[in-house]
Amino acid sequence: MSNVNEVVYFSSASGNTHRFAEKLDLPARRIPLYARDEPLLVDRPYVLIVPTYGGGNGEGAVPKQVIRFLNNVGNRSLIRGVIGAGNTNFGTAYGIAGDIIAAKTGVPHLYRFEVFGTPDDVRIVRDGLETL
Amino acid sequence: MTEKLKLINRVSAINWNRVVDDKDLEVWNRLTNNFWLPEKVPISNDVQSWARLTPQERQLTMRVFTGLTLLDTIQGTVGAVSLIPDALTPHEEAVYTNIAFMESVHAKSYSSIFSTLASTPEIDEAFRWSEDNEFLQKKASIVLEYYHGDDPLKRKVASTLLESFLFYSGFYLPMYWSSRAQLTNTADMIRLIIRDEAVHGYYIGYKFQRGLELVDQAKRDELKDYAFSLLYELYDNEAAYTESLYDEVGLSEDVKKFLHYNANKALMNLGYESLFPSTVTDVNPAILSALSPNADENHDFFSGSGSSYVIGKAVATEDEDWEF
Repeated sequence: MSNVNEVVYFSSASGNTHRFAEKLDLPARRIPLYARDEPLLVDRPYVLIVPTYGGGNGEGAVPKQVIRFLNNVGNRSLIRGVIGAGNTNFGTAYGIAGDIIAAKTGVPHLYRFEVFGTPDDVRIVRDGLETL
Repeated sequence: MTEKLKLINRVSAINWNRVVDDKDLEVWNRLTNNFWLPEKVPISNDVQSWARLTPQERQLTMRVFTGLTLLDTIQGTVGAVSLIPDALTPHEEAVYTNIAFMESVHAKSYSSIFSTLASTPEIDEAFRWSEDNEFLQKKASIVLEYYHGDDPLKRKVASTLLESFLFYSGFYLPMYWSSRAQLTNTADMIRLIIRDEAVHGYYIGYKFQRGLELVDQAKRDELKDYAFSLLYELYDNEAAYTESLYDEVGLSEDVKKFLHYNANKALMNLGYESLFPSTVTDVNPAILSALSPNADENHDFFSGSGSSYVIGKAVATEDEDWEF
């Protein structure tokens, strides 16, 4: 039995990462889009799913909302892995937010998927999370 | 046939301090941060590499780039511009003007490559070929037909398929050369174009989905049928175009996998599930790696040796952007 059975994700108005999280069909919590929203506080181990939008050299790759979420010590202490979303057409920036968060928090970058993921991506991540 | 010129009737001064859709500002910032010009890329460093290609390989490369030039010209002068009158916000209009201009930069960048690497007769031959290749001309006429049509959402579908699918039979070749350490500076420039087109396809597809929210279910069903049938029509032509270019170098089947892979992502940009199964989207890893060094499969932690890997605990680090 996995001891990580919750995902936390950020998704912009495009909703792509939200769609991937829905398809996983696991307990999932969304990091709020706006600073005026109630901040998300977690109390169980989780895997973070975070998108990267194209371009740049990684500067500004991690959404501010995700940084705000991870700046909370309680939230940060419970992260067990990160999954990056994006597009290979963004070149070196593909899923780079996942790399940055993995390096900063010392957890593995578990997987990358594009846009809102294929059925194969959903299966691999579902099965993979079981093994953590 | 005369067409009435479609322009917006009334324009208000654009106020960037009142942004209705945050995505407009986000994409504007992304596009302007990504701005580049072909003069910044040292294509002349590819002169020796170009000379090492066979005449047949050089001709293929010229033709592929001329085909891409045609698409960029269409998107710059008609495609992106045709989306402006349908924009939901003034900021969306501004983003389309940026997209239109960058398409013109892309179109010009191929001429930079040509003038640096090729002779005038070679360049003229390639442009003549682009006028005569029936599949390239058909691709252009299918897309233009929808840009001239009267359905704003169908225009966005055609535009997204152009940005996210139709370029890729061409983008394949510089990635192929790059994976073989040929024309690497040219490939650097093409990667900049690919990055731009990815943002364009993402944004236009996003606006398509916002537009879908404003129509009823019957119209949504119609648009979905339309999107898939247009993709099938374009795909059949794309497969024939691919064969007309790549059969003689034996790469057609490899290119088609790249087409399937990108067709899926074009559909996803429109919010639709992917169409081609993973058995036909297994792009040559060398091509994928030329596109994105992060794309290699060992980033699938789950399928790795797995059990020997101990998951680390979260640790605090110092950085000015982050509080920890």
